[in-house]
Amino acid sequence: MSLFDGGYTIRRFALSPRRLALWILTAAVLASLPFVVYPVFLMKAMCFMLFACAFNLMLGFAGLLSFGHAAFFGTASYVVAHALKVWGLTPELAVALSVLAAAFLGLLFGLVAIRRQGIYFAMITLALSQMIFFFALQAPFTGGEDGIQGVTRQPLFGVIDISNNLTLYFVVLVVFLFGLFVVYRTVHSPFGQILKAIRESEPRAISLGYRVDHYKLTAFVISAALSGLAGGTKALIVQVASLTDIGWQMSGEVILMTLLGGMGTVFGPAVGAVVVVTLQNYLNAFGSLVSIVIGVIFVICVLLFRRGIVGEIQARIGR
Amino acid sequence: MIFDLPLSYLGLQLLIGLQNGAFYALLSLGLAVIFGMLNVINFAHGAQYMMGAFLTWMLLDWVGVSYWWSLLLVPLALGAFGILIERALLRWLYDLDHLYGLLLTFGLVLIIEGVFVESFGASGLPYNKPDLLAGAQRIPLGALTGNEKDVMMMPVYRLWIIGVSLAICLATWFGIEKTRLGSYLRAATENPMLVRAFGINVPVMIMLTYAFGTALAGFTGVLAAGLQAVTPHMGANLIIVVFAVVVIGGMGSIMGSVLTGFALGLVEAFVRIAYPEASNIVIFVIMIVVLLVRPAGLFGREA
Amino acid sequence: MLKRLALAAMVGGLAAHPAAAAEISDDAVRIGVLTDMAAVYADLSGKGSVIAAEMAVEDFGGKALGKPVTVISADHQNKADIAAAKAREWIDTQGVDMITDLVTSSVALAVSEVGREKNRVTMVVGAATSRLTGKDCSPVGFHWAYDTYALANGTGTAVVKNGGDSWFFITADYAFGHSLESDVSKIVEANGGKVLGAVRHPFPSSDFASFLLQAQASGAKIIGLANAGADTINAIKQASEFGIVAGGQNLAGLLMFVTDIHSLGLKSAQGLYMTTGWYWDLNDETRKWAARFEEKAGNKPTMVQVGVYSSVLNYLKAVEQAGTDEATAVSTTLKSMQIDDVFAKGGKVQPNGRMAHDMYLAQVKSPAESKGAWDYLNIARTIPGDEAFRDPAASGCPLVN
Repeated sequence: MSLFDGGYTIRRFALSPRRLALWILTAAVLASLPFVVYPVFLMKAMCFMLFACAFNLMLGFAGLLSFGHAAFFGTASYVVAHALKVWGLTPELAVALSVLAAAFLGLLFGLVAIRRQGIYFAMITLALSQMIFFFALQAPFTGGEDGIQGVTRQPLFGVIDISNNLTLYFVVLVVFLFGLFVVYRTVHSPFGQILKAIRESEPRAISLGYRVDHYKLTAFVISAALSGLAGGTKALIVQVASLTDIGWQMSGEVILMTLLGGMGTVFGPAVGAVVVVTLQNYLNAFGSLVSIVIGVIFVICVLLFRRGIVGEIQARIGR
Repeated sequence: MIFDLPLSYLGLQLLIGLQNGAFYALLSLGLAVIFGMLNVINFAHGAQYMMGAFLTWMLLDWVGVSYWWSLLLVPLALGAFGILIERALLRWLYDLDHLYGLLLTFGLVLIIEGVFVESFGASGLPYNKPDLLAGAQRIPLGALTGNEKDVMMMPVYRLWIIGVSLAICLATWFGIEKTRLGSYLRAATENPMLVRAFGINVPVMIMLTYAFGTALAGFTGVLAAGLQAVTPHMGANLIIVVFAVVVIGGMGSIMGSVLTGFALGLVEAFVRIAYPEASNIVIFVIMIVVLLVRPAGLFGREA
Repeated sequence: MLKRLALAAMVGGLAAHPAAAAEISDDAVRIGVLTDMAAVYADLSGKGSVIAAEMAVEDFGGKALGKPVTVISADHQNKADIAAAKAREWIDTQGVDMITDLVTSSVALAVSEVGREKNRVTMVVGAATSRLTGKDCSPVGFHWAYDTYALANGTGTAVVKNGGDSWFFITADYAFGHSLESDVSKIVEANGGKVLGAVRHPFPSSDFASFLLQAQASGAKIIGLANAGADTINAIKQASEFGIVAGGQNLAGLLMFVTDIHSLGLKSAQGLYMTTGWYWDLNDETRKWAARFEEKAGNKPTMVQVGVYSSVLNYLKAVEQAGTDEATAVSTTLKSMQIDDVFAKGGKVQPNGRMAHDMYLAQVKSPAESKGAWDYLNIARTIPGDEAFRDPAASGCPLVN
């Protein structure tokens, strides 16, 4: 990918009839899905899809493997749970607050880690997230290993009742699409192009006069904020915030989803997330079989399909 | 506050810290050797350590093979397992970013742990260490404190771990830094083409290196079997800490990881007395500080 | 699927008006066993709990009020969020009427909350926390086999009365460990004993040497292990290295199961005191049941597994008696019943949902005493139900006036 091809030309949505039909079809599918599949499962899946896409901003587009993204996801879910349960805020304020918290944490992480590369970057983010985990385990208001439970879904904006799963589904759908839109715009913007240039060759980007660390840090904060949006929304859906969301295994899981779906593709990670979440849900009764199956799929992916599901499809179609 | 404690108590705590450090040293040594030679971050190291402990248990419980034979047989078996992994999977990834090695071995962990939970359950199996290594050793401290009554009662098994780990670490360091075979190895990682031109079979050397690394993990597993319950998750909790040790020491630095391993064991021992709740996190704090000051770790070379 | 959703909505509507509810919702009684299938508690609950629940349905004749009874199961991986989501899914889409097992305190608290919100019966068997029948009690929630109070009371009282009047705790640094430590401390002090201190270890830990040395240095007669599973096992195993028992101090495992003894081996575990709600070798009836279970599951049942059997059996009895599977009506009936089965004799369900039954103080056999695998315990004392469990009036449960 050359630095100059279309660096400053932002593609517009051209609504050809074919595209229009596609959009209408997508909208119809999204609107009817909760009547076919259990809505809470769909909402959880959307959270992980957004989380994986946000994570991929770092791995796929800035070339940095973060092993600590659970810290943003988990912190946001604690903030939402606490804000709803203890402060009695409305959900939109709680989620907004959680995004701010995640972004701030992302800034802190970024300031420490951003100058490092490759495996060192991964390790520093891992270490930082372990500290956040430790904090979540110890702090009095996080409820230790019990987490924050019994979070009630207060009415949205104080008026819209979202205790019904179906109503909440459409709210989450809006949040989810907004999140994906931000990801898309970030990638297809001058900013995104510069990120890719940095990934391809950092020295070249520096020599062209770009403040590389500055760009990487901004990408990290955006990625953290969107991960927070995903985590905060998840707490609203499952009505629990717990250590599951903040442990290093969650950081590993999001890497898995991203690679499976195709890092470097914009929405590939979302597909990976759907595969993993579905496997976890439907193989659930078989206990440890889930981890064996996911492990095998993952190994095969690393060996044979490194572009991931979506990446391979794109390559086959010949784009 | 720490210095109000009697020497016999403090000394014992430090010895135990040293013994825990020995575990870190052995495991991070294996990781460092593998990373140094293959550029692969072996996430499966913890799982291979767990396999070592399980194999030890199986040998005694199923076949009646003693602990002493296990010390030899288990590393051999894991070495063979390592060869299998390297030939079948890892070697396809050498030309790629080394993050792929990390990801592949991460997948292996899911598979290995899943299989062991499926076969043995998760709550753990008992292993009885040999009688020769049971009990505690009196270490008189009278010469230091002037009080004849000051003695430490150090468990023999933990002394054995310290001793045998030190021996293995030194031998490995010597083998790689001071012998001809070691110099080939080091040369092969710098410039494989040139070494191949000298008529040395580089792929076989790399394969054996990985086997040696997994054998070390297996050996540590044998030592662990005598100390704690053998469970499928015993490696998962340890591996993240050992990663931190390797990073602090400097990735790929043999001596660095060994020294760091022992040193961090000692640091942890102090924290366990002063603020035990934080003993799992202290290593990560140190890691961040070290990396901010020395990006390539304490003993690593800046790449 | 649409039909099922409509049905679920209808059921929800019915449930909101208990008076209107009659007989069986959607023509079936569905029981969900939500448990740990693959992690640390899988051996003491897990697949065995599912087998036990199926045995209960079989023994009840497979039908309640003429409608079929089915058992479904899932793995909650010891994660509260997964458990809560699964419970909601079961209730929303599968019409599950009762959820049982719920090993691990965080999971039990989360699902009990869901049960209260959705008006479904939850019968916690595997989890320990006494909060379930204390400040977090629920009108449709039950706690069946044991709790931290009963464990603390059983082991704590007995040990202090035997002369173990000074204690030091090795406590897992999380909410469950803290509550166990504080429960036992109260019992020890109420019986005239003293608590000298405690050390909090990170969860999980594999090496307890440092913490054991601190306990040894405290000079306490009893070292209380306020942790569970692999942590307890490793602490006990490593205590022998330092000659702690030989030096005159004793260990007390505060939450131990027969499977833990199995993992430890009798050589390390002999002489330990533990409190349990059931043991397979109590009498002919328990031995017979255990043999039947072993045939299906491959090992002897634990207190949790037989507790699941008992919870399902008595739930079905209550459904028959109440003439409906509506949660509030069934719960009221359960609270008026006497519990008599292989698990409990003369058990009573208190107003806070606590099923009070006899508990047993047991001591682990020496390798010489044991006749083989799973022959591990001598029962030292039977603790009558009303003495073993907390007085409901003092539980802090708002349902008790």
